[in-house]
Amino acid sequence: MSSTTPAAVAAGATGGEPEEPKRPGRVSLGGLSLNLRSSGIYIAFALIVALFSVLTDGALLTPQNISNIIVQNSYILILAIGMILVIIAGHIDLSVGSVVAVTGAISAVLMVNMGVPWPLALLITVAAGALIGAWQGYWVAYFGIPAFIVTLAGMLLFRALTLTVLGNQGIGPFPDQVRTLANGFTSGYLGNVGLGPLGGADLFSLLVALVAIAGMVVSQWRTRTARAGYGQAVEPFAVFVVKMAAGAALILFLVVQLARFKNLPWVLVLLAVLVLGYSLLANKTVFGRQIYAIGGNLQAAVMSGVKVKKVVFWIFVNMGVLAAIAGVIFAGRLNQAGPTAGNMFELDAIAAAFIGGAAVQGGVGKVVGAITGGLIMAVINNGMSLIGSPSERVMLVKGLVLLAAVAFDVWTKRRAGAAA
Amino acid sequence: MTDHILRMTGITKTFPGVKALQDVNLSVRRGEIHAICGENGAGKSTLMKVLSGVYPHGTYEGDIHFDGERCAFGGIRDSEHAGIVIIHQELALSPQLSIAENVFLGNERAKRGVIDWNRTNYEAGLLMKRVGLRENPTTVVSDIGVGKQQLVEIAKALSKEVKLLILDEPTAALNDDDSAHLLDLLRGLRDEGITCVIISHKLNEVTAIADSVTIIRDGRTIETLDMAADEVTEDRIISGMVGRALDNRFPPHEPKIGEEALRIEDWTVHSPSQPGRKVVDGASLTLRRGEIVGLAGLMGAGRTELAMSVFGRTYGINISGKIFKNGRPVEIRTVQDAIRHGLAYATEDRKRYGLNLIEDIKRNVSAAGLSGLSRRGWVNEHEEYAVAERFHKSMNIKAPSVSSVVGKLSGGNQQKVVLSKWILTEPDVLILDEPTRGIDVGAKYEIYTIINRLADEGKAVLVISSELPELLGLCDRVYALSEGRITGELPRGEATQERLMQLMTQATTTGQE
Repeated sequence: MSSTTPAAVAAGATGGEPEEPKRPGRVSLGGLSLNLRSSGIYIAFALIVALFSVLTDGALLTPQNISNIIVQNSYILILAIGMILVIIAGHIDLSVGSVVAVTGAISAVLMVNMGVPWPLALLITVAAGALIGAWQGYWVAYFGIPAFIVTLAGMLLFRALTLTVLGNQGIGPFPDQVRTLANGFTSGYLGNVGLGPLGGADLFSLLVALVAIAGMVVSQWRTRTARAGYGQAVEPFAVFVVKMAAGAALILFLVVQLARFKNLPWVLVLLAVLVLGYSLLANKTVFGRQIYAIGGNLQAAVMSGVKVKKVVFWIFVNMGVLAAIAGVIFAGRLNQAGPTAGNMFELDAIAAAFIGGAAVQGGVGKVVGAITGGLIMAVINNGMSLIGSPSERVMLVKGLVLLAAVAFDVWTKRRAGAAA
Repeated sequence: MTDHILRMTGITKTFPGVKALQDVNLSVRRGEIHAICGENGAGKSTLMKVLSGVYPHGTYEGDIHFDGERCAFGGIRDSEHAGIVIIHQELALSPQLSIAENVFLGNERAKRGVIDWNRTNYEAGLLMKRVGLRENPTTVVSDIGVGKQQLVEIAKALSKEVKLLILDEPTAALNDDDSAHLLDLLRGLRDEGITCVIISHKLNEVTAIADSVTIIRDGRTIETLDMAADEVTEDRIISGMVGRALDNRFPPHEPKIGEEALRIEDWTVHSPSQPGRKVVDGASLTLRRGEIVGLAGLMGAGRTELAMSVFGRTYGINISGKIFKNGRPVEIRTVQDAIRHGLAYATEDRKRYGLNLIEDIKRNVSAAGLSGLSRRGWVNEHEEYAVAERFHKSMNIKAPSVSSVVGKLSGGNQQKVVLSKWILTEPDVLILDEPTRGIDVGAKYEIYTIINRLADEGKAVLVISSELPELLGLCDRVYALSEGRITGELPRGEATQERLMQLMTQATTTGQE
């Protein structure tokens, strides 16, 4: 702060830093150079999927099971999207489980007890989530209480509110539309087509997949040409083609499997929209950049004119909104809002973010990473239950995976630090 | 032969790329008060860290003889065990503990692991009496003033049976009464046989209290003066501290000075940690377009505090005074205001306040000027890349690409990133706080060239620096700051190191609150 610290004198006297740039945690595969720290998570995901495919004799990747994994974990993944932003900014949110419960309860009271039309009830519930986020954001950003404490208090507060609203009993059933959103699938608008040995599949889903692939290729191609136009180095054309082909194959595989079962789950559509939207928010908007700046170096962000309090406030509002969406989906899936809904969800969401490459100190993380982290947990859960592991062993493995993921992050960072 | 309690001979300490100390000799006689003087960054603190074992034996060259024995301290514990205690300027007290607890911290009065509170408080009381601290031993340290906290530190040193007491800028944060009391105390300790080494910028205090003074400049010992034998005046010490020649370390520059860009009037800032203390006291200064203005001042004079308080009130409380931009009064309450009014401030501590070290060059360059690179909240990443690439070339930032992580660049290149970040905001006034700190000579020249270029573009530049030759070589006009007050203003032709040093060490006679 002041020019009077002895350390500053020493720094002035000592001066220079070593110059050589080292690149720890990078491996080179032919022409492809991979940053282990940022891409390790995707490699790990692929390995875990491969492992459980073998262990379950392919049951993991059957059409119905893929659909189950997505539907059963959608609310955790939605929470993970909000959580990664909170964590990038250097904060934490322990209350999301309770917020899921209270927003589920609010939606149930509105739709079931009061008969409010479901779109309006949904809107009110989301607004309530925003209000909850604003409450917590105020204490964290403007009052200066550590998020750990504020959201720990919130965890109790909103659970208490849930019990008050529900009167300690479940409320249901939900309107069909809400249940469809949470648990249902797109209709076979265009009928089925035969896929030879794979049997019949929903044509509409396949078309959606083709549109998604086309969108991916076109947007990536435009980015690539624009970069080249600005004189930036771009990856070789062959690498680009391989990447696009791999991405297309992945989407196609996923959708074909789903189309053979019951078409696209609505929550998958919702998730795809959220992931795309929040990835853009994090990378391409001023707001997103400021989140990274705050987490990377709070003081430098302040001195660069970032309105830190405002940004942190809105991050919590956003978390509240996403928790409300997750709350409605969870309640809709169970067809009942219960007093214990969302229990421990906060831990799953936080674990997803950290497994997905977020740094404990903040400033690092990706939406896609958090989703991948959540899917790793989901696949471990699902795969282990398919091979009949008892739940305590599932818990054990998940705990170790979380520890290993963060240990890996700390380890690569220490190696990077040794070079700097 | 005189009895020397401490003899440091041929001390050389090298950091990667920089020789911080070179063949330094220091001899301290038993039972004297020995002052060490030198400019900021001359190597005083490094020398004291070598002595106290912060830099352990083996990381430096040379010999230390203390109390007749050759020393090889492996850490602070070893040196304290030998009887050397260092009191840093930033006090190392635990604010929520009592005076007695602090005095015996790490040295607890205990029986079988259980603290004997009666003995603790009784013995603390005795030590407090010795240092003239009239407080209850159970008073919590955060409830007493800085002057008294300083005394707690000394009592703590006495509890360790200190033979050599080192004080780093002991009076920098004290008011006149507390300073006078402290100096009296040091005289008393000397009479009890405790040798003191005092590092101080306040030359009036040095001449008043010291028996001898060693002057260090650029990591070398210049001379040791015996205050009794030699006729030592403040001027004599100053000439020793600054006596180096200016050479061709500065690019030639013809200033084209225009109209007034920024004027600060009667600017007063209070310390947030000691609300009564004025860190900046009625300072007024003017910056004009195309002009490079220097701000000289010693550690603790309030240079950074002045700059940060102007830059969106990022330091200080109870700030009063007026700011005029282009002759019109402006209100600058936040960093956003400051940027909007065309101000930029490049901090003295790049790593803590200037850069996001885990991000790459382009995102650091765009950090303050992102609004200019975006439309309706969406960042144009290609434009961002192009801008960063432009600075990469024009500032000669040595890095493989603008996607290189900033934390891995050298100090000089990091500074260029900071400057790029602020130039992108298109400021009219740039405040550069220690722009060449920790940067090697070649990169310094580049930074000077950039500063000249900014001035030629019609920007007003305020350079804060601890290095007087830098201010003299670079600036068209230099203000001197001492204890929060502007004590003088010298144009290029009249500024010399001696005159500046006089102004910088000039004690303000008016008492502080």
